[in-house]
Order: sequence, then C-alpha cells, then structure tokens
Amino acid sequence: MTEIRFSGFGGQGIIRCALIAGKALSLYGNKFATMTQSFGPEARGSACSSQLIVSDDRVLYPYITIPEILVSMSQEAYDKYESDLKDDGLLIIDQDLVKPKPPRGKIKSYSVPSTRFAEELGNRIIANLVMMGFFTAITKITTSEVMKKGVPGLVPDRFLELNLKAFDKGYEYGLETLKKGK
Amino acid sequence: MKKSKADPKGVLTGSHFMDGDYALAEGGLAAGCRYFGGYPITPSTETAERFSERIPYVGGVFIQMEDELGSIASLIGAVWGGKKAMTVTSGPGFSLMMENIGLACMMETPLVIANVQRGGPSTGLPTLTGQQDMMQARWGSHGDYEIIALSPDSPQECFDLTIEAFNLSETYRVPVFVMTDECIGHMHEKVVIPPAEEIELVERKWYKGPKNKYLPYKNDTDGIPFMVKVGDGYRFHTTGLTRDERGYPLLNAECQATCVSHLIDKIKDNADKIIHLKETDIDNAEILVMSYGITSRVSIKAVQEAKKTGIKVGTMQLKTVWPFPEKRIKELAGKVKAIVFPEINAGQVVLEAERVVGDKCKVVSVPHYGGWVHNPEDILNAIKEAAK
Repeated sequence: MTEIRFSGFGGQGIIRCALIAGKALSLYGNKFATMTQSFGPEARGSACSSQLIVSDDRVLYPYITIPEILVSMSQEAYDKYESDLKDDGLLIIDQDLVKPKPPRGKIKSYSVPSTRFAEELGNRIIANLVMMGFFTAITKITTSEVMKKGVPGLVPDRFLELNLKAFDKGYEYGLETLKKGK
Repeated sequence: MKKSKADPKGVLTGSHFMDGDYALAEGGLAAGCRYFGGYPITPSTETAERFSERIPYVGGVFIQMEDELGSIASLIGAVWGGKKAMTVTSGPGFSLMMENIGLACMMETPLVIANVQRGGPSTGLPTLTGQQDMMQARWGSHGDYEIIALSPDSPQECFDLTIEAFNLSETYRVPVFVMTDECIGHMHEKVVIPPAEEIELVERKWYKGPKNKYLPYKNDTDGIPFMVKVGDGYRFHTTGLTRDERGYPLLNAECQATCVSHLIDKIKDNADKIIHLKETDIDNAEILVMSYGITSRVSIKAVQEAKKTGIKVGTMQLKTVWPFPEKRIKELAGKVKAIVFPEINAGQVVLEAERVVGDKCKVVSVPHYGGWVHNPEDILNAIKEAAK
C-alpha cells in the first residue's frame, strides 16, 4: 500500500493529478485506488491537497495517515505538509516554486522545473502534467503508458495532445534525473 | 412484480473513476430515474450537477427547485405523473423535506431520496462527514409509518444501492433513502457499471382496468395497490388525510387503523425480502462487529487487527439499515458474547441492537461525533474490551 499526497495552490491542477493517477492505476494498472481531496474553504486559493491510496487489496481506511510520497508545487503547501511525510519517504517538488528545508531522516528528494517547462511548451496550466510525467518516472508506480491512459477525459479534449506532450517532457526529465543518480 | 431490463440510454456501461455523489446519479439514471428535483447543498451538490448534465440527454427533466420543501413536493408530483424520481440532499435540507416525506408515505408514493450526510446538528459541518441522520430517516416525519433505508460503503455501492432503492420503492410503494456520507460522496474509486441488459428493474404496477373503477388504495393480492398516471383519464383522489380505498378522507379510528397498519405492515411483513446484509466469519464468532456505510469498511481494518490477537470476530454490514434486521440479530445474540457497534454519531442505530438483544449479550457502542471516520484503533480497543 502506498499513500501519496499531491499539494500546491488552488488552480494548479493538484486535484487533477490524483484523479489522473487514481483513474490510471485503478482502471488500467490493476490496482485499487482511493482518492480524497481537500474540500471547503481551505481548498480555495491557499494550500490545496489531494490524497491517493494505491494498494493491491481493497482500501479500507480511506484517508492517508503517513504518506510515503509528497508532491509539492507551492511553498505554502510544502510548509504545511512536509512534516507529515514518512521519514524514509519520497519528496517531489517544483524546484522554482519550493525552497526545501535541509533533508530530514532518510527522505529522498527530487525536483523538476515543472512550471518553467510548461511555460516553454506554451502554457503554464499544464505544469501539473509535467509533474505527473516526472512523478511517474521517479516513483515507477506504473508505466508511462498506463499513466497516460488516465489523462483523456480529465483534460479538455482540444488540449489533450499538449497535456500528453507535457507529461512526456516531465517523464523524460525524470528518467534523466534517475540516470544522473540525483 | 413485473421486471424489465434497464433502458440503455441511461446506463453509462464501463469502468469509471468516479466519486460517490456521481455514482448516486448514475445509479438513478440506470434505474430509470427521469425526474430530478433538488436544491444544492454541500456535500451532495455534485449529484445534482451530474443529473443536470446528464438527464436531458436521456429524455428526463431536471429542475432546481426553490428549496428542499419544493424539491420533495415536485418528486411526488413527478411520480404521480408517471416518472421515476429522485432527489439528493444533506442534513439541513433533509430536515426541510420531512413534512412531505410523510405525505409521500401516506400517499404511498415510490421515490428515492439520497442523503449525503454531514456533521450536525443544524449547519454543523458542511464539508465533513457524519452518520447522524439515521434516526431522522426512520422517524423524521410525524405519525407512524415505515420506510426503507440503505447505506452504501463505497462509490460502487452508491451506484448499486441506488438501483436497489428504486426497485424497493416500486415494489412497496414507499420512499427509500440512500444514506451515504460526505466521505464516500467525495471519494473517488473505481465504479463498474454493467451493460443495461444485466440491470434488472422492477416496473411500476400499473392499473389496467376500467377508467371509472380505479381504487388507488385497494390492496392487490401482494398487499400493494396499483398506480395510475395523472392525465390518463382515471378519476381518483389522493391526500395526506387518513383515507379509504378510494383515496377519500375518512376520519375515524377504524379507517386510521386500516390505513396506518398497512403503511407499517407492508414493510414489516416483507422485512426478510427487503433486508440485505453482508456477513463475514459469523460462525464461531465471539464478537460481532455491526456497522453500515463508510464505518463498515473502517471496521474491517480493526477486525483484521483483532483477529491477529486471536479474538474470533465476525462482521455484519447493514446494507439495509431500515427495516432493522431484528430476526437475524436475535439469532446471533444467543451465540456471540458481544456486539460492537461503531457509527459516526453519538450512538443511534446501536439503540436498536440493544433493544433487540435485550440481555442475551453485551452491546458496545463506539460513538464518533462526526468530522472524520473512526480511528480503527478505537474500534479495535472496543473489540478487545468486549472480548475480555
């Protein structure tokens, strides 16, 4: 069982990240996935979070407790959620938006300029898909093919191709990062 | 009871990653619901949104009403107009619906009401979970009557049990409640929607006799009267007043006894057919964990831990909470040492368990005041304590 938190600020597509991963893993990845999200005033504007539990068996307790993976796309979200991350967990950040504290415990940390890459591809709104590509490469939670199957229907049809391009960009960057051993 | 297959138009066959609120709407559409009247309220709004988006494409009607009083009233009208109808709400809206829920019971109007429960009382916790409206579903309107209430444990069961709710409501001409909660309503999981031909529906029992002979409250051989569509030329009367077979007010003790005992007996006498339970490891269990909705899955986590310590634990998930499974619980009360009953309220349905078992075994309430689901450890501790 793996507990994952995606976090950032409202409007970055944080909820969408967990939806894409949950859909891909539960419909095409042969896993059980349960997704919950922050809801209410805290989800509007400030630190926003979506949670995903991925398991080989049915998920019984629906909320994450001590996440093994934290994805942060804003400083506020990082500051709010970093302390929850498991001591030997995995931290993935947008390096231009989050200045991490010195490493804690055995946490492994990876970073990607997801917003910058998205802007280079033409629209910062697809930063979350760059992040999802990077996330897939780093975590190896499933293949890029399976993860990409989660995207159609969760982004506007006319921007599907652009979103997949963003995913590929992040995925390739993730593979390079792993190769460099960083 | 005439059965038919679902109309493929309303059935979104396939696997979806969907939240419980959407699954309620898809269950309704698959069951043939072609009228939705409602008033948006957190955390149930997504169901209304989904209906508004989908129902025009399957030949149905969505109306956002002025409030919840109007919502439930409009459902009664739509049903007597010949449609299957549904609404969705949460705590405060549920309270506003109570008067006309009684009218629906009295008029024997089949309809489905989903309550995506949040913490109460009053405005309470709009965005956080609760199971605090269970007794309200049972007793909320005035007078004596019986209803049916189901409680799903997942988005998949939101879909499945909404179909079951429609079938039960048509079978017994009674309002049926789908008592879910914020956690499931906003939780996304895989929901498998089968092909239309695999979804069996109960058809309304239409009266086919002469136009001037229709009696809206004359029981058929199965104890349930026939219905007609308003506008089809049948002359009939229906009302909230105590009425005779013709539907005309007859305000005396004899008619009251006939009328009200029928509302109660049609459910009580068929309880065995209505009640839907999921039991695991019941044989040889010394402790029985009873629960419903989201709490039943959190309970399993505690049960798994309890088993590791050697305690023999069985579980019973009440997919049907009302009518309460008295008979089955009486049977088990003589066999188990204790019943442990967690629910996200101060202890509501547990009172029924206490009433039914009497002094045959211990009943342990594991209350939670809402805002979150139980910590499985609290349920585990209750199991351990009860097993001592």
